[in-house]
Amino acid sequence: MIALEEQELKSVEDILEKIKPYVTAQIYIELSKKLREAVKKCNLKTEDVEKIAWEVVKRYHSAFIEPGEAVGTVTAQSLGEPSTQMTLRVFHYAGVREYNVTLGLPRLIEIVDAKKKPETPIMEIYLVDEIKQDLEKVKEVARRIECVYVENVTQELSIDYSSGVVVLKLDPEMLSDKDVTVEDVVDVLSKLEIGSIEVSSENPHEILINISEEYLDPFKMEKLKNMILQAYIKGIKGIKKTIIQRRGDEYVIVAEGSNLEEVMHVPGVDWRRVYTNDIHEIRRVLGIEAARAAIIKEIKNTLDDQGLDVDLRHIMLLADMMTWTGHIRQVGRMGIAGEKPSVLAKATFETTVQKLVESAVTGEEDSLAGVTENIIIGQLPPVGTGIVKVYMKLPLLESSEKGEE
Amino acid sequence: MLTTRISKIKFGILSPDEIRKMSVTTIVSTEVYDNDGMPIDGGVMDRRMGAIEPGETCPVCGNTRENCPGHFGHLELAKPVFHVAFTKYILMYLKATCSNCGRIKIPESEREEFLKLLRDLEDLKLTHLKRRLHEYIRRKAASTTTCPHCGAPSLDIKLEKPHSFYVKTETGLRKLTPSEVRKHLEKIPDDDVRLLGGDPRDARPEWMVLTVLPVPPKQVRPSVTLETGIRSEDDLTHKLVDIIRVNNRLKEHLESGAPEAIIEEEWELLQYHITTYFDNEVSGIPVARHRSGKVLKGLAQRLKGKEGRFRGDLRGKRVDFSSRTVISPDPNLSINEVGVPEEVAKILTIPERVTPWNIDLLRRLVLNGPDKWPGANYIIRPDGRKISLKYVDRKATAESLEPGFIVERHLLDGDIVLFNRQPSLHRISVMAHVVRVLPYKTFRLNLLVCPPYNADFDGDEMNLHVPQSEEARAEARLLMLVEKHILTPRYGGPIIGGLQDYVSGAYLLTVKSTILTKDKVVKLLASTGYKGPLPEPAILKPREYWTGKQLVSLFLPKDFNYRRVSKIGSASVLRCIDEDCPHDSIVIIRNGILLEGVIDKNSIGREEPENIVHWLIKEYGEDVGRLFMDKVYKMFITMCEMHGFTMSYDHLTVSEDAKKVIYSIIENKKEEVSELLKLYRERRLVARPGKTLEETLEDEIIDTLSKKLLDEVADVLTQYFALTNPVVIMARTGARGNPVNLTQMTGLLGQQTVRGKRLTRGYMGRMLPHFKPGDLGAEARGFIAKGFVDGLGPLELFFHTAAGREGLIDTAVRTSQSGYMQRRLINALQDLKVHYDGSVRTTSEEIVQLLYGEDGVDPAKSDHGKSVNIDRIIEKYVHG
Repeated sequence: MIALEEQELKSVEDILEKIKPYVTAQIYIELSKKLREAVKKCNLKTEDVEKIAWEVVKRYHSAFIEPGEAVGTVTAQSLGEPSTQMTLRVFHYAGVREYNVTLGLPRLIEIVDAKKKPETPIMEIYLVDEIKQDLEKVKEVARRIECVYVENVTQELSIDYSSGVVVLKLDPEMLSDKDVTVEDVVDVLSKLEIGSIEVSSENPHEILINISEEYLDPFKMEKLKNMILQAYIKGIKGIKKTIIQRRGDEYVIVAEGSNLEEVMHVPGVDWRRVYTNDIHEIRRVLGIEAARAAIIKEIKNTLDDQGLDVDLRHIMLLADMMTWTGHIRQVGRMGIAGEKPSVLAKATFETTVQKLVESAVTGEEDSLAGVTENIIIGQLPPVGTGIVKVYMKLPLLESSEKGEE
Repeated sequence: MLTTRISKIKFGILSPDEIRKMSVTTIVSTEVYDNDGMPIDGGVMDRRMGAIEPGETCPVCGNTRENCPGHFGHLELAKPVFHVAFTKYILMYLKATCSNCGRIKIPESEREEFLKLLRDLEDLKLTHLKRRLHEYIRRKAASTTTCPHCGAPSLDIKLEKPHSFYVKTETGLRKLTPSEVRKHLEKIPDDDVRLLGGDPRDARPEWMVLTVLPVPPKQVRPSVTLETGIRSEDDLTHKLVDIIRVNNRLKEHLESGAPEAIIEEEWELLQYHITTYFDNEVSGIPVARHRSGKVLKGLAQRLKGKEGRFRGDLRGKRVDFSSRTVISPDPNLSINEVGVPEEVAKILTIPERVTPWNIDLLRRLVLNGPDKWPGANYIIRPDGRKISLKYVDRKATAESLEPGFIVERHLLDGDIVLFNRQPSLHRISVMAHVVRVLPYKTFRLNLLVCPPYNADFDGDEMNLHVPQSEEARAEARLLMLVEKHILTPRYGGPIIGGLQDYVSGAYLLTVKSTILTKDKVVKLLASTGYKGPLPEPAILKPREYWTGKQLVSLFLPKDFNYRRVSKIGSASVLRCIDEDCPHDSIVIIRNGILLEGVIDKNSIGREEPENIVHWLIKEYGEDVGRLFMDKVYKMFITMCEMHGFTMSYDHLTVSEDAKKVIYSIIENKKEEVSELLKLYRERRLVARPGKTLEETLEDEIIDTLSKKLLDEVADVLTQYFALTNPVVIMARTGARGNPVNLTQMTGLLGQQTVRGKRLTRGYMGRMLPHFKPGDLGAEARGFIAKGFVDGLGPLELFFHTAAGREGLIDTAVRTSQSGYMQRRLINALQDLKVHYDGSVRTTSEEIVQLLYGEDGVDPAKSDHGKSVNIDRIIEKYVHG
């Protein structure tokens, strides 16, 4: 019985080998797994297995896209139409009230525009196996990552204008939370070189700064205050806040703000899984292929979040169009649409007159290969059924006509 | 048919010679018409510039106004003048070249190298790199201070927008006249022009300074005669007259040797008029106005923007053979049909060539003429003459009909037309329908095609287009027919499907408790047009009864299998774990028999991938899918009609007991809120990390009052609502509404929010003067403890409208934003197409994807994104 089954499986193997060249790796893997299961469970006959395998091939090939299909237009429509159903509001991030994340239409527009910085940069920092389940250690890593400024540990800042003394009252709770000592703060402040610094004798959490002469100008006080509050103590610049979340069996640090390169270097961080929603940063650090993947992932997430169903192929095409030159190009006048080779297509979109003048000065030619250009001059655009051409020699046609007469 | 195709268009600048060559006359006179109202020769409306009046023949080409293309004239300018649009480029040329010898300020050896590089790039068609090279050369040449060719120091030239060039000298800024600039530009050698990105053959730099002005043909600027007999001229004509006037004056001054200052002034005025003629929105100079104060339209204004030449006329064209009217529903039509009013059908025509096979029909149509449907409006004889059937002896004409004639006949049943509703956001906003000429004045369509058009019948209008060529009709039939678009390329599933009563009806028909007498069965089947034997009744005694499931099974292919959880199964109380479940919420079809499960939105709804229609179309073809939709869906509404389906106030009221339970829940929550407020006032509330105390309080209150509360109330209410209640049926089956709507009607509306926050704005410290300032309690900040059934108090109503307004604004803002995004997406991606090798390429054949979508599969032909549905294939063999 077992031998028989083995034999069956072997013949399945043979059949699979036969169809392998005709299908994608993905289909092949899925098919082999499911066929084996079916053979085991339902006693499929070998000829049925063969039939199934070839039917899969047939179905796959009959689902091929037709040459000439205007896939770009279909993509644009498939993304544009559902976007009318999106909400504008900004929602909270994955149940964490502390964070707001741009979602929905604004986020989609942001991605498509290839904005230099996302409105709400967010990082997801996964940790290495050794510490990912240890909350204390995770907290420690989070403290190392979170950027701390004097402002974050200050309870109160008061300036005595007559004596020129700034009193900085630190928050003991925040100090311990951020793992910062009073000495650290004193160190940082002394580097600013704005006057002598001492810790108050009455209160160990109070720092007194005797402002030196040059800063005593009342007009500069606001600037001075900012200088003190914005003094950098520790952490990774750009990371404003961190939150630790439990995901499955591990802890993950979710950070507001983004600095991919430096976070990847932090010990304890699993750099393979660190993620940011800043696409340009991903391109800078990991390259254009990663940026393409990030665009796909971000668009997909945005759409899924709104419960909109769009085929991944459309999103891939958009991402490819945005990245295939090696740079991230925005969808619009300054990017893809602006770099088209056709004068008429560019003139139709935006800044009509400028584009026409520019092409006149440079003596540009429009080879009328695109859709818009042909619509303009009233010809059949070369997409869809328009790509079909009849290769018939003209004299032949004429002679046949004459023959009829 | 052989047609000439335009293969490319070259852009450039008209040279003075070219302008003179294409001109038919020089324009010298400011006078436009003589005393008799005839155009003056040498004026701006010179007869030689084109025939535009009815009956007028053109003295140049001999055509009448239908065929005369119009001819350019020209105006010799007394002094050269800058063309505003080019000043940026003039400055570039001036800066990059030497004012003494006119050569590019780059050493000879380097210059040769660049030229060679440029030629190479041109051969390789690397336009991007070419553009960058030009940019580099321009910058390099402009930054060189002494000419490497003649050693002259380069001048520091400044452009003061819009059109004044200055050169920096020791004594200050000296203005450069257009003549001087032109002289400099003339000196630039051809190769140097090429290096700077120009085209010496078609765009010599000196041509950017005008010496001759082309005067456009009259067709471009027609004059209108008002009823009073007064001629009203086009803006361009007015502008041209201004230009000629100043030009003539300048000429006179020059001839009479007037003082420099006067000439300068006139010259400047000429420059102003020519500038505003080209572009009347140039910043830095006053806009030219009509005598009435109306701003004149320059040439640039004609091209620009949404209603400009490009977007308004060239890309969006007006068409004949189209019509538009209000739409209304007709469930008796097939989904691929459209009801066309007879009045419309009498105007829209189809040219049909007479053949021996249709000559009798066409004779009859000709005999009926234009006023009686079905008739014909025109016939076109083989010699090309078009005869209106309105004014001829139709009997004789019909007799004279012979093969080879073309008859423009009325629209008939079975013709194919395109049907569209704006906004045309995706390709299924335009689909081909088959004509059914019907009485009354609206277009009629099946309700199932509302979703793709996003149409309803509250006054919507739709457009209808009649394809005129055989190719167009063939493509419409093969590619655009409704059933070809049931599966959308957006996600590879059906976008057309049932909603509202279709879903309710399907539920009523297939629910376990429905048993049908023979009478009803026959009635239901009759509505579908079913012809065939009745199935064996499910119950024989005491009377014969059939189930609704049996009726649905009649229309399923005999080897069709399907299994999916119903929409009603998504509610926890009705969820089924396996086949042996009392709730009947797993739909199982085996071998074409609906074994169990109620049909609802998940099985037949719109935008539900992997529903019954999806598999039918994938496995049996579009026609099976369409017929299923036409017949079975029809049966669903018939069921709805037979059963009677309505909702009333009574369906929303619950017992006093239930009310009490709900009240106690609400009271509890309110208690919690006051507890929170107490904590806050006593400063015992712990702030959430990164939030202030106030923010924390708000968050906590919203958490308490919104979602959680409604869910709790909903849980209570479900116990009191049975699945026989029409409101519940609609909510549970996905026909209309959802459980939250139900709670809001029966239970309470809950916390009203604006931008995710409680309502706060209004008076200082309070929303309305009815509250104490600083009151943070639930009621003062927009909590509504009543449902719609109870009715809202005045304040509550106000809160509700405040929250409702947000949604309205949201929609208004969103449509414009997403519209613009879609326009940009379309513009960026429209030229991508799949080539014969499966790759996706741009117009310049640059490869964007080697294989479309990485597997070459059309999303429209995929199974909800998957290239092949292996499970279904295996299943077929396992069960088959």
